[in-house]
Amino acid sequence: MALLEASGIVKTFGRLTALNGALLSVGENEFHGLIGPNGSGKSTLMKCVAGAETPTLGSIRFGGEDVTALSPSERARAGMSLKFQITSVLPALSLYDNILLALQAHASLFDLVLSRTRSALHGQVMTMLQQFRLADRAHDPASALSHGQQQWLEIAMALASKPRLLLLDEPTAGMSLEERRVTGELLAPIKAHCSLVIVEHDLDFIRDICDRLTVLDQGAVLASGTVAEIQASQSVQEIYLRRV
Amino acid sequence: MAESGVAGLAPATGLIASRWRVLPIVELGVLATAVVLPLGLPDYLTVFATRVAILALFAISFDLVWGYAGIMSFGQALFFGAAGYGVALLGRDLNVSAALLLLPAGLLIGFTFALLLGGFLLLGRHPTSMIFVALGTMTGSYAADRLARGWYYLGGQNGIPSIPPMTLGAYEFGEGAVFYYVVVALLVISYLVCRFLVRSQFGLALAGLRENETRIAFFGYKVQHLKAIVFAIGGAIAGLAGSLYAVHEGFVWPNMLGVVISTQVVLYVLFGGSGTLIGAVIGTVIIEGVSFWLSDNYREIWPIILGVLLLLVILFRPLGLISFVLSERERVGSFGAKIGRRSHGAS
Repeated sequence: MALLEASGIVKTFGRLTALNGALLSVGENEFHGLIGPNGSGKSTLMKCVAGAETPTLGSIRFGGEDVTALSPSERARAGMSLKFQITSVLPALSLYDNILLALQAHASLFDLVLSRTRSALHGQVMTMLQQFRLADRAHDPASALSHGQQQWLEIAMALASKPRLLLLDEPTAGMSLEERRVTGELLAPIKAHCSLVIVEHDLDFIRDICDRLTVLDQGAVLASGTVAEIQASQSVQEIYLRRV
Repeated sequence: MAESGVAGLAPATGLIASRWRVLPIVELGVLATAVVLPLGLPDYLTVFATRVAILALFAISFDLVWGYAGIMSFGQALFFGAAGYGVALLGRDLNVSAALLLLPAGLLIGFTFALLLGGFLLLGRHPTSMIFVALGTMTGSYAADRLARGWYYLGGQNGIPSIPPMTLGAYEFGEGAVFYYVVVALLVISYLVCRFLVRSQFGLALAGLRENETRIAFFGYKVQHLKAIVFAIGGAIAGLAGSLYAVHEGFVWPNMLGVVISTQVVLYVLFGGSGTLIGAVIGTVIIEGVSFWLSDNYREIWPIILGVLLLLVILFRPLGLISFVLSERERVGSFGAKIGRRSHGAS
């Protein structure tokens, strides 16, 4: 059974149809890339999956449960985690506190008020920061980081709660080549415990890390399959790759 | 370490070097001043200082709600005034004067009103906009004011006069130094409770809420619940302040519920500096002190002078007077375990 099943997703904004019956199926521990030309509906589909947008029609099942009507907070508690397209770390807080904030999200109100988990989470905070090569700046404000480092911090925050499904919307946007390479290295180990859906324009990056791809065009699925199948697909080459 | 301003606000590096933590020094300075103040004051100024201390307590309630949780409550006077009226009715209709009944009753009334209004304004399926909450709270405050003016049982335009003095056993609290110290003690206790909350991991969640509400919802935080809780706590503190105000002044009137006092408390906090608690206290003391002095010396034009002063501070020091001495880094604070700060450089 797939971990995530989005079927027949329609999303309209007034008279504009952003998604028109889109499908997405992601298995356990699968890295799945969502590609397509600008305006094809990739980010909208991602937002529908994460709960930022409510589909006009269609259903989303996660871990066998229908989550279509759940709020983003409820989906996060069910095991989904989203990194936004626009970096949204908390700039005035330190890196340490950004990670701690993400880690303590499921703690009870009582534990939060009494700061019961503060010491217990310290090791996890530092592990996340070390994993993402940010430990030496733990107490700097997040606003002091470079754009690429802010993206890493946000990925670390998204992973802090040990989600079953990580949704990354253009994680390498604005990064240098070296930063993109490092991002790939940072993401590789999570495959052991987490599935990934990634929207990305950098096709080389997508080819390197993804098992399967879904190609969207005008709000509908043009093709879906392994990287090799998509690369060999005549329709994708004609309709998508030539445009890029 | 780089200093950063909060998005959309001016950078606010304190003018005093941030090697030492400035906040505890400011807090102790204010506390020491509050303790010795009545020793050198004539009685009429002690009464004035008591009123200011009650308003400072009220300002703390707003700072908690706005400065820490980012909830723009333009109707904070609703909880202040409702508790005042509740205490007045207890005194008038049931002859209740015991401090141990009146003050908890005020706290409870403020809490209940805030919980009900907060439940309506904040607990939707989707987070509500700041404008909706601001207008909703302002409408609540305005409607309560109009209701009190038109309701004979509540004394109409004249309010409820001659509230009996608060008592503790056989002791009767009249205006003066004893009442002042009771208010200061309650102010300190409320301050410490709020300080504990905002420096706890709950405070970190509030900081996240203030900085980027959408982001923390995607972590799994129940943001509406967090907001409703803080709003209700703020209401309880405003209720405590309102009940003290009622028994201190000896009467309540509809203005206590209305938008004028609701706006006044916003100015106290903006002037002193939001998100610091002590800034709210300082803002209240300075605005009320300057108003008192100006109204004595420039009887016709004092509101204009005060208005210009407020505008200048808000324009040129948007983080309030406290930002002259407090760095943005210290204002935001650090929530990590101490062990973390020791091993990875101090903040």
